Amino acid sequence: MKLTGAELIIRLLERNGISVVAGIPGGANLPLYDALGASTIRHVLARHEQGAGFVAQGMARVSGRPAVCFGTSGPGATNLLTAIADAKLDSIPIVAITGQVPRAMIGTDAFQEIDTYGLSVPITKHNFLVRSARDLPRVITDAFRIAMSGRPGPVVVDVPKDVQTEVVEIAAMPEAARPDPPPSFSADEIARAAALINQAKCPMLLAGAGVIAAGAAPDLVRLAEKASIPVAATLLGLGAMRHDHPLFFGMVGMHAARFTNLLLDECDLLIGVGVRFDDRATGKASEFCPHAAIVHVDIDASELGKIKDPCVGIAADAGEALRALEPLVVENPRAEWLNHARTLRTRYPLLLPGADDPIRPYGIVRHAAAMLPADAIVATDVGQHQMWVAQAYPFNHPRQWLTSGGLGTMGFGLPAAIGAALAAPNRTVACFSGDGSLLMNLQELATAAEEEVNVKIILLNNSHLGLVRQQQQLFYGRRFCASRFVAQPDFAAIARAFGIAAIDLGETPDPAAALAKAIARPGPCLMNVPIAAEENVYPMVPPGGANREMIDGDSSDAGLA
Amino acid sequence: MPALPEPDAHERPAVPGRGTILRLRVRNHFGVMTHVCSLFSRRAFNLDAIACLPLGAGAESVVLLIVNESERLDQLLRQLTKLEDVIEVNRAPELRRTFEAMARNLE
Repeated sequence: MKLTGAELIIRLLERNGISVVAGIPGGANLPLYDALGASTIRHVLARHEQGAGFVAQGMARVSGRPAVCFGTSGPGATNLLTAIADAKLDSIPIVAITGQVPRAMIGTDAFQEIDTYGLSVPITKHNFLVRSARDLPRVITDAFRIAMSGRPGPVVVDVPKDVQTEVVEIAAMPEAARPDPPPSFSADEIARAAALINQAKCPMLLAGAGVIAAGAAPDLVRLAEKASIPVAATLLGLGAMRHDHPLFFGMVGMHAARFTNLLLDECDLLIGVGVRFDDRATGKASEFCPHAAIVHVDIDASELGKIKDPCVGIAADAGEALRALEPLVVENPRAEWLNHARTLRTRYPLLLPGADDPIRPYGIVRHAAAMLPADAIVATDVGQHQMWVAQAYPFNHPRQWLTSGGLGTMGFGLPAAIGAALAAPNRTVACFSGDGSLLMNLQELATAAEEEVNVKIILLNNSHLGLVRQQQQLFYGRRFCASRFVAQPDFAAIARAFGIAAIDLGETPDPAAALAKAIARPGPCLMNVPIAAEENVYPMVPPGGANREMIDGDSSDAGLA
Repeated sequence: MPALPEPDAHERPAVPGRGTILRLRVRNHFGVMTHVCSLFSRRAFNLDAIACLPLGAGAESVVLLIVNESERLDQLLRQLTKLEDVIEVNRAPELRRTFEAMARNLE
């Protein structure tokens, strides 16, 4: 059959199970859009390419399958870069297909020409500049295979306009891409890890994003239960174990509950599964789990020994490794260690001041959580609100929690929530955001209105870059520079102007009732929640400090207005 | 947070007589040198010598590198192995003479 390059790309996307693409057309990808218009793939028109990239991320984070975004050359491609870099750091499988100027014009500084290939080298798992339409079946299939194999990640495919219009004869379409088999690991490594677990008096499991990506949450829970091992999670590992499981001991790191960090500080064996020992999780790495031997399981061999030297490092799929470990690990009630862990939890609990008040940070998170369905998806932006949600939201299952962990991209929340709603149209998506973050991709309110997605934006509005303000207060002698927004937009009015229902919880006599009503009504809605600028996230490990050096709210808040 | 790695300027410069020689088998493709070189450069890791030649029919190439030995090198080699177009990475001390001969020819 004879096809243009553009038609071929669309056929290949269909072949790979793609039913929704987010993007923005422009000069260099118009042939692709011409072919897309004739296909059954639904296109979601973002209002900025970064939004399109995050919509794709939202779809991929919820479904676990690669998702696709389109952008044109030049600014279309540069606008996509932040969302691609974010996907790289959080290991999210997306395929970004960009238009490029025609082959003969590459290197001439043509209109909207940029070196997309060169720009995307350090922020992708792999990237392609397609030089002939004949290469497309291999390139697109490889792009999907690479995005989903091993440690997932983003792939960029840059397609010159004349490759999109080039007509080629295709004998047969390739099969849908399949992931490469995960790395094989030795029974000996598993036996050594099991022996360490069996010998350990005070072991801890640390679950990371790799557990979620591998679909290994049930395997993790089974191992923890069999050997009575307390479990902590990284920011991106939340949801791997139910928040109310008796063995779950919270999120580790900079804004962990005291008991979580103290427990890790005391453990004699740390079994890190699908984690990369990020500095926000470990604090000062040399003092992280100072008494512990380390068993490190990660599908990416280059993570083993990168930050912490493991006694046993196993490059493996988290699920396969956990299933191999389980029969070798002996049942052990570990009464003493678990009693101690529970005592720490009682003595150094997670404090949630204001949890009863629906217009204070922990209160809005807790009230919303109680009103949202149990299977609701929760997306956040980046900042104080993100940490309040991570601390206080009762996560119950994997892929329920969408947050920008590694890159920490403000502006992630709204478009990712839209993508989540597209991937799971029957579920409610809560998007907790801040007034700084929301403005960074505000234009996607138009996309939310157009797609009528079931996204509830809960805007914790303190008229500040709150986490910046907090750090200036704690570590820069209260010299508040450039962290306060003098002009304060009326966000409810803005949402309404975009055609989205909105309420202001600060102006209603019964905020809890108004919140419940807003969550219950179908379609997108924005809830503005004015909160005090002085609300800080505690505990907090000072940047560069060891995790046991946590600053508490009580002492440092003393002098506050 | 771990201390930032020392920039290579403070490490001993490699000359053909010193440094670690790496031999990479790669797919012969226009982007592969960018991927390899930028992996080193964005970690402030100096490449002291580079040679690249196609192998056999030209579908694959061999890339020879001289880099400074450093405790970061093993980690870097694992990341190099992860690159899609890099097929194999080896230390190749036996190729020192190749570089020495090249150095003589260029003088």
